[in-house]
Amino acid sequence: MAKVTFNTDMCKGCGLCVDACPKQCLAIAQDKLNPKGYSPAYMKDQEKCIGCAFCATMCPDCIITVEK
Amino acid sequence: MAIVFEKPKALTDAPFHYCPGCPHGIIHRLVAETMDELGIEGKAIGVAPVGCAVMAYDYFACDMIEAAHGRAPAVATGIKRCRPDNIVFTYQGDGDLASIGMAETVHAAARNENITVIFVNNAIYGMTGGQMAPTSLPGQVTQTSPYGRDVNHCGWPIRVSEMLATLEGPEYITRVAVNNVKNVRNAKKAIKKAFQNQIEGKGFSLVEVVSACPTNWGMTPKQALEWIESDMLPYYPIGVYKDRSAKEDAAE
Ligand SMILES: Cc1ncc(C[n+]2csc(CCOP(=O)(O)OP(=O)(O)O)c2C)c(N)n1
Ligand code: SF4
Ligand code: SF4
Ligand code: SF4
Ligand SMILES: [Mg+2]
Repeated sequence: MAKVTFNTDMCKGCGLCVDACPKQCLAIAQDKLNPKGYSPAYMKDQEKCIGCAFCATMCPDCIITVEK
Repeated sequence: MAIVFEKPKALTDAPFHYCPGCPHGIIHRLVAETMDELGIEGKAIGVAPVGCAVMAYDYFACDMIEAAHGRAPAVATGIKRCRPDNIVFTYQGDGDLASIGMAETVHAAARNENITVIFVNNAIYGMTGGQMAPTSLPGQVTQTSPYGRDVNHCGWPIRVSEMLATLEGPEYITRVAVNNVKNVRNAKKAIKKAFQNQIEGKGFSLVEVVSACPTNWGMTPKQALEWIESDMLPYYPIGVYKDRSAKEDAAE
């Protein structure tokens, strides 16, 4: 079991984490806006996450924490 | 559960002002992770550039100084010579380092100043709105080359790492990229080595990081990372261009 948490208010919705995930766990919440005005990334498929931290490695804003 | 990845302590809590998907943030993190791992945040002094990374002094938790445009290696030289026990690094863009600051860069390398230079090559002047840089590719469309860079008129882009590696002076010159997970991890290793070299007194170490400017390249962040692979890396190949200590070790 792995856990990925986002500092959602600081996300800029760039999607680089979504593209980096080898398990297609992540998505951009197109129907939401954070206080910065961006649609943030979120975990859509927790079951598949392997805790590889590829998402966090590519996040330019350093807002992802990964636990395993 | 154990933490596999978290924000390094050498970054402050200030949110980056960079555009969505701008790799400056990744490169900041790699420098901060290095400071954490080497335990040098308390004695590191960074020199911020003029360019999009001008506010790096708000993001790194170590002491920071802001240099005039392009003068970071000269400022770092002064700091390091007065305070040799501190770890001194510059963080500079391609306009800053390879245009207005080329003289300072070349001479700091030639003198083998014991400093670490992080050189972010995104082939454009990001901060000022996307003008052509000395590193803009042949044919690249920018605000000041709207029909694409014409090398007959504007000259050829400069390969800074290859050029500096011809000098006797510098210890370590390498080029890395941040367009995918594997390259980011290798970039981290190079940055760590560039700081380690300074701790060991080996001298001038420069890491050229091939980066992106999605905003002024007119691309999505994803397209910009793909353009690094398809267009930037063929002209700016990843590799170690000089590593004096490794060469000496091999010769023994
Ligand atoms: C003496 C001086 N000349 C020109 C400028 C305008 N200027 C600000 S940033 C910059 C170039 C920034 O490009 P780069 O170093 O590549 O950094 P980036 O924003 O792409 O990270 C220029 C020309 C200035 N601030 N000071
Ligand atoms: S830790 Fe790996 S598998 Fe899990 S969301 Fe991030 S990239 Fe995907
Ligand atoms: S990479 Fe970071 S900033 Fe970009 S969408 Fe993912 S979490 Fe948000
Ligand atoms: S203008 Fe370019 S280099 Fe500057 S923050 Fe935006 S994407 Fe990054
Ligand atoms: Mg630039």
